This record gives sequence, C-alpha cells and structure tokens, in this order.
Amino acid sequence: MVPLAVDVSREAIRVDISSNEDVVVVRQKAREQAQRAGFSLLETTKLVTAASELARNALEHGGGGSAELELLLDGARRGVRMKFLDDGPGIADVDQALTDGFTTGKGLGLGLGGSRRLVSDMKIETVVGVGTTITVVKWK
Amino acid sequence: MERIPILRMGRTLLVTIQVDMHDQLAVRLLDDLTGMIVSTSASGVIIDISALDMVDSFIGRMLADVAGTARILDATTVVVGIQPAVAITLVELGMALPGVKTALDVERGMELLDGTARS
Repeated sequence: MVPLAVDVSREAIRVDISSNEDVVVVRQKAREQAQRAGFSLLETTKLVTAASELARNALEHGGGGSAELELLLDGARRGVRMKFLDDGPGIADVDQALTDGFTTGKGLGLGLGGSRRLVSDMKIETVVGVGTTITVVKWK
Repeated sequence: MERIPILRMGRTLLVTIQVDMHDQLAVRLLDDLTGMIVSTSASGVIIDISALDMVDSFIGRMLADVAGTARILDATTVVVGIQPAVAITLVELGMALPGVKTALDVERGMELLDGTARS
C-alpha cells in the first residue's frame, strides 16, 4: 500500500445552507476538499458543480439545510464525500426527480440527474414530510 | 447593492464576470443587461466568463436567458472564454447551451458580432 500523508484532516467541513450566498460557500468548500484530495482541474470542476446543484436543491426544495464535505482516504485512493441534508417535504418519486427536465421548482430539472453524472456514486434517502439526505462520492 | 458592471463600446455591451456569482447576482445581471440593451440600442452583447471556474445549471440558464431575451430585442449575444473543464462539465450536466453563440475570447467575439452585423 502506498503510504499517505498523515497531516490530512479527515474531519468534515459543515456548512449551513439558508441563502444564495451559502450555496457559494458550499462551492468554495467543495473546491478546497477537491484540492486536498488531489483532484485534477476537470474532477474539481465536476465536484464543485455537483455541490452547487445539490446545495441549491437543499435550499429551494428543502427550504434550507446543511452540507457536510469530507475527504475520503481508502488505501491509496482519495476522494470527497458530500452529504446534503434538509428537513423539507421529501421527494415523492425519486426516479422521476432524477429524470432530466423534471422540476417542481424554477430550474431546468437538471440538478439531480445532472449531478449524478458528475460524481462516482449518489445515494438518495428521502421520507415524504420528513426530509431528504443526498450523499455523493467522487473518487480521484 | 452588489452588481456586475456592464461596459458600453459603441453598439456592443461587454460584461466580464469575475466573481463567483450567487443566484441573485445572476438574476440582477439579466435585468440590468436587458434594460441596457434597450436604453443604449445595443446590437451586440459579449459576456466574458473566462474567470468563472464553474457554471452550474442556474448560471447556464441565465446565459441562455440573456441570449434569448437579447435576440427578441434585436441584439446578438456571444459568450466568450468558457474554460475547457467548464465546457465538459456543462455538457455532462445536460446543458449544451443551444442557441447561445460562443467564441474563444473577446476579440473573436467582437469579430463574430461584426460578421453578424454585416450579413
């Protein structure tokens, strides 16, 4: 196994999402984590774009929430995990929500499906009336 | 109130986006540009996004809205300076920006507008 630098903090960065400016903060923090994971420019751009989409989703559909951005170390493999939590209305039909063009908001309906294409893995946990947690992982 | 400056050069409006835009700022820019196209009788709009290291679906939609609104107001919009990583990400996201003219830099954007004006 390739030894890793041990000075990398594995603690998650947490950002509250309650305004448009917070979405920008989430983007900045996602960029920081991407750089710590050693992502290329393209990988960084994809991660930051997915972070922006999902943070906006939490704000617009979830009525606000929070993001947790964490550096992942798996042997020599590095990645970033981003978790977006809200206690909004939940998603009634996840398959439909992932379909390009479907929207209940003001956007184009590309946020969820588009974000999934930009990351390695996406998990959606949602309960109608309780809230939604979307977790994405992108490996270098 | 925070605003993105719009420069006027003859009948062309030039906008250089140099900040990480939050959504309200993007909406304000669309409003400001639309108003200025009318008040200055502009025939062309160049939006330089070379300083943007990310364009998500909201900013992408704003660019498409500017182009669409400007067209109705008889002005042509050219988006210039899209970084390669941003272009790849936009397409993967599902936003190929149909209907938005693009050029590699401001100079080529001006040439494109000149060509459009003559033809």
